[in-house]
Amino acid sequence: MSDSASILGAALNHDSAIKHTTGEALYIDDIPEPRGTLHLVPGYANAVCGQLRSVDLSAVESATNVVAVLRADDVPGTLDISPTHAGDDPLLAKDRIRYFGEPVFAVVARGYQDARRASRLAKIDIDSQDPILTVENALNAQSFVSESRQIQRNDWQGAIKQAPHRLRGTTVSGSQDHFYLEGQVSLAIPQEDGGVHIYASTQHPSEIQHAAAQVLGLPDHTVTVEVRRMGGGFGGKESQAAQWAVLAALAATKTGQPVKCRLDRDLDMIMTGKRHDFHSDWEVGYDPDGRIAGVDIHMASRCGCSHDLSDPVNDRAMFHADNAYFYPAVRIRSDRCQTNTVSNTAFRGFGGPQGMLIAEQIIQAIAHERRLDPLDVRRLNFYEHNDRNLTPYHMQVEDFVLDELVEQLESTSRYRERRKSIKAFNSTNPYLRRGLALTPVKFGISFTNTPLNQAGALLHVYKDGSVLLNHGGTEMGQGLLIKVAQVVAAELQIDIDQVQISSTHTGKVPNTSATAASSGTDLNGMAAQNAARTIRRRLTAFAATHYDVAENEIEFQHGQVRIADSSMTFSELVLEAYLHRVQLSATGFYRTPKIWWDAETARGRPFYYFAYGAAVSEVVVDLLTGENRVVAVDILHDVGNSLNPAVDAGQIEGGFIQGMGWLTTEEVWWDGDGRLMTHAPSTYKIPVCSDRPAHFRLDMYTGSENIEATVYRSKAVGEPPLMLALSVHQAIADALSSTSDHGELPQLRAPATPEAVLDAIQSLRPS
Amino acid sequence: MQPSRNKVRFVLGSTPLEISLDDPGLTLLDYLRNQACLTGTKEGCAEGDCGACTVLIAELYDNSLKYTVANACILLLGMVDGKQVLTVEHLASDTLHPAQQAMIDHHGSQCGFCTPGFVMSIAALQLDEHHGDSIQTPGRDQIDQHLAGNLCRCTGYGPIIDAARQACTQPLPDYWPHQQTAVQSILGQWQKQDETLHVECESGLFAAPRTEAELATYLSDQHSPPTLLAGATDIGLWITKQGRQLTTLLYLGQISSLKTVNRQEDELEIGAAVSLQRAAPELTRLSPDLGLLLRRFGARQVRSQGTIGGNIANGSPIGDLPPALIALGATLRIGCANGQREIPLEDFFIDYGQQDLADNEYVASVVLPARPQPHFWCSKIAKRFDQDISAVLGAFSLTLVDGFVHNARFCFGGMATTPRRARRCEAAVEGRRLDEDTLAEAQNALLQDFDPIADLRASARYRRTVAANLLDKYFRFLTVTDVPSVYEFSSPQAFTHV
Repeated sequence: MSDSASILGAALNHDSAIKHTTGEALYIDDIPEPRGTLHLVPGYANAVCGQLRSVDLSAVESATNVVAVLRADDVPGTLDISPTHAGDDPLLAKDRIRYFGEPVFAVVARGYQDARRASRLAKIDIDSQDPILTVENALNAQSFVSESRQIQRNDWQGAIKQAPHRLRGTTVSGSQDHFYLEGQVSLAIPQEDGGVHIYASTQHPSEIQHAAAQVLGLPDHTVTVEVRRMGGGFGGKESQAAQWAVLAALAATKTGQPVKCRLDRDLDMIMTGKRHDFHSDWEVGYDPDGRIAGVDIHMASRCGCSHDLSDPVNDRAMFHADNAYFYPAVRIRSDRCQTNTVSNTAFRGFGGPQGMLIAEQIIQAIAHERRLDPLDVRRLNFYEHNDRNLTPYHMQVEDFVLDELVEQLESTSRYRERRKSIKAFNSTNPYLRRGLALTPVKFGISFTNTPLNQAGALLHVYKDGSVLLNHGGTEMGQGLLIKVAQVVAAELQIDIDQVQISSTHTGKVPNTSATAASSGTDLNGMAAQNAARTIRRRLTAFAATHYDVAENEIEFQHGQVRIADSSMTFSELVLEAYLHRVQLSATGFYRTPKIWWDAETARGRPFYYFAYGAAVSEVVVDLLTGENRVVAVDILHDVGNSLNPAVDAGQIEGGFIQGMGWLTTEEVWWDGDGRLMTHAPSTYKIPVCSDRPAHFRLDMYTGSENIEATVYRSKAVGEPPLMLALSVHQAIADALSSTSDHGELPQLRAPATPEAVLDAIQSLRPS
Repeated sequence: MQPSRNKVRFVLGSTPLEISLDDPGLTLLDYLRNQACLTGTKEGCAEGDCGACTVLIAELYDNSLKYTVANACILLLGMVDGKQVLTVEHLASDTLHPAQQAMIDHHGSQCGFCTPGFVMSIAALQLDEHHGDSIQTPGRDQIDQHLAGNLCRCTGYGPIIDAARQACTQPLPDYWPHQQTAVQSILGQWQKQDETLHVECESGLFAAPRTEAELATYLSDQHSPPTLLAGATDIGLWITKQGRQLTTLLYLGQISSLKTVNRQEDELEIGAAVSLQRAAPELTRLSPDLGLLLRRFGARQVRSQGTIGGNIANGSPIGDLPPALIALGATLRIGCANGQREIPLEDFFIDYGQQDLADNEYVASVVLPARPQPHFWCSKIAKRFDQDISAVLGAFSLTLVDGFVHNARFCFGGMATTPRRARRCEAAVEGRRLDEDTLAEAQNALLQDFDPIADLRASARYRRTVAANLLDKYFRFLTVTDVPSVYEFSSPQAFTHV
């Protein structure tokens, strides 16, 4: 294992790397089932929208091995489990169905297959109503989950009107399923005093604790939630892991037996929300060089049947509709459409990708109209280190690095030379076209809901010098636990193996925020660092007194503690401290400084800092079939001082490919009645091995530590890289526009499926 | 009747086991996780599409072990009778298996849920690449092909590709030869006993007849229509996804006559139970396009278990092979107790879910002309290159006599409820030269041939447009011969200019 001195910035393996490869890492469904474990499966009506007329569950109840059947009336406490307490997310539908697949009841049986089979036997009758399915339907019907919002700066109307050139356009981006490999799963075990302990695959244990307590009508302290690891989350287990965990908890308290709820892949995809799809109209005014004078954006998103996290998702979309570009005058409006589809939720990027796609399409449209290279138009509109640094929401961009970063990438990717060679290729090939694009990323880091930017940690040092680390962050594969352990090992100057990582547990660290918004390391790393510093301070104070030396003569280094001229191991000092009754357990706490947001005036500093990056993508497209492939990608990404370059590289590469999937093959498709038809990997296509471009170069941007005092001046890396994939979509549009000699930009929606590509070609050739 | 046995017998890791079945439809995955308590093998989709449940299956062929990868989620326990099953728990000894070590070295796991499946696929690739003492490093394309059936949502695959490459340069684990010898000897002894697996339990029957004669007897004996099971890559889903309780399962995988490939002077006969993986080289010899089609068919796990006959017999409208086989002029041999009959493949498909196959019949083999028409070309259009189901599949063949088209056979998948020939389009080109007028008329005729549906894979409009464009491409193929696709163009070999 690595030397403690160089533990920060070391490319250590994921904390569970060995266990992953041997199959020993336990996920919820792998935990040996306690005696008498029952299995719960939610059941739904074959209906999309309407009042429940009758619910006949007699066949379900009498099915083999069925123990209990739960309905909304069985809830002793509050029926609502909305993450924002909006009152519109019933645990089980009570009076009406709002989307296809909404759980109406839950069957509890001795075997998992028994429960699955029984769940299909219900006879549910409803008074069907015409559903509102699309953004367009919802806008026509003025159907919204919450009030529309607006941010603006300066006279956008005048700026656009007076600009020498104007363009209007529409940006359409589709939904995306999280497709975490481990589906939603929870195991609830009844406890004394009416409480329950829940093992859940969740990014937000505290929320499940609270929701379960509310539903059971108990105080929060009777419920504990524990998660060691998730088999992927990506936002899909932020708010929407709760329903399954709470159902299991309710069933466990009803039956007095442990209850597991595991959704099979189809139920998981039908019953849980996805990325918000957006439909946005925009208008831009600009000068002959392509410099933007004013922008007006009207975005509308499909939120589904309830609030869930749609408000902050749409807020973030608004906050990112500028991406890296200065809009001198701007208005951004956001409509949050209520539809009869499953409630859309958090997904890596959280509205950011949807907002940024608009900015990039505006830039690309200007470039094509002016017959300029889009890269030059991008540069021209970048934020600057002068008065052109104010975002639409009145926050100053103080850490902008994209000028240098993009310049470096342009050169290492040989962007200009490839542009030429592509042009030559496109002029000779009969039906294949290549395309190229470089797009930047500027992504705001912090929860836009300011109170969430806090974290706690708990650190125990045992008499033998071994350390147990616990904090509120959850591990979903992103490497959070090893990064935080590295921070603690560095603070105490001990070997990483001396720090034991433990499962996230609401009984250890309370009132945690979701592991989301890329904030896991920033928040929990700082909290753990504070706890470790407390321990170190106590040990230092003890040693100074005990050995009668000045505190500045005590130094922790490489597992040793130097005390003036002598030295002892960390473990020896710990034992000595214990014998002299020094407290060897500490909590740590952190709250992000500087940030604030006033929703009324739409002004503030919602973000502590920005993460940056840029990517060049090259594609090849078949004009006859619409098939397309990404053939080459060059990425330069800014992670500040990387705590763990291997983990960070994994986030960047994985985020890019996931974003590429969103923009190319991953199509979420409902039939005309509102039934989701893409609910398994046979019908929903995430990237596979061969989709990884043949050329894939990733570099970290060096020489840019975080200007803010984050943990070791690192930068968040969870979400930002996903948006590097916008370059893929832009490159496909670039390839298509070569058919009109780059004079016109095709209307290419996302995802750019073969069909979407042929439709876009059609938009260039009026029939 | 041959002597029979009422327990499923297989080697799990290196331990021989005999298991009674309570349910003939029990999947290997449920057995492993719930009964054997081996939870390293994961359920990600229960439909054979994600690979999280990948295991290795070894069978004895000519006294040596042949390994295949399989999705345990849709493999039934009765199908592993007489075989060895290796899961992720069986790979490490005192040290980690090279596939495991390579995944660690390259940071190939993040959330880790797909990792055991990848480890098993990489271990299989390593076995493939070992030929005695010589070690080959597989190229990127080979790795892609091998790993196409394993989905990862975290890594973006780069570290996994590197891990696969590294693992293949390593020697097999020390214990491997010894274990192999031991398992060979067990399986060999079992083979000699020549028993038919016949497990009757309260909820039904699982039988694995060993000859066609025995199969025919089973077929005529049964009161309720049995389900004929080959690779279970379709039938497995009836159980796991639809929750169907199949009461009588007849497994065809132990009948050697259905597992043979017979190459004659004028015909190529492929037994119905021959796996797609084994048929691939034979079919590739007929046409490289057919080879590409097979490479894109399911993924390694599915191709290793799924069979030629199964892809036809279940009449799935998404069966990708039939359109190509029909264009090549395939016929089907159908067996029953009274003998065999032969029909053109295109006549087998009557309507959606309806095939020309009686309850007491079975598909015995597919017969192809050994030298089909020279101008064969096919193309599959799907959202994703690997392991996707076609929106449209076009397969074309014809003969040119002095520049005039003769005997056109154009068959499409995805355009109707069954694979279907484009008769009007064929007629439009018959006796014509390959020119723009012919193409335009043929494209018009093609639009008359089909009235496709809209579904999650594509709209009706797209299907019609792209079908006509595939014909355009076929004409290019006939006239300029080089019809590159985006796939060839983006392959690592082709992409050199960056």
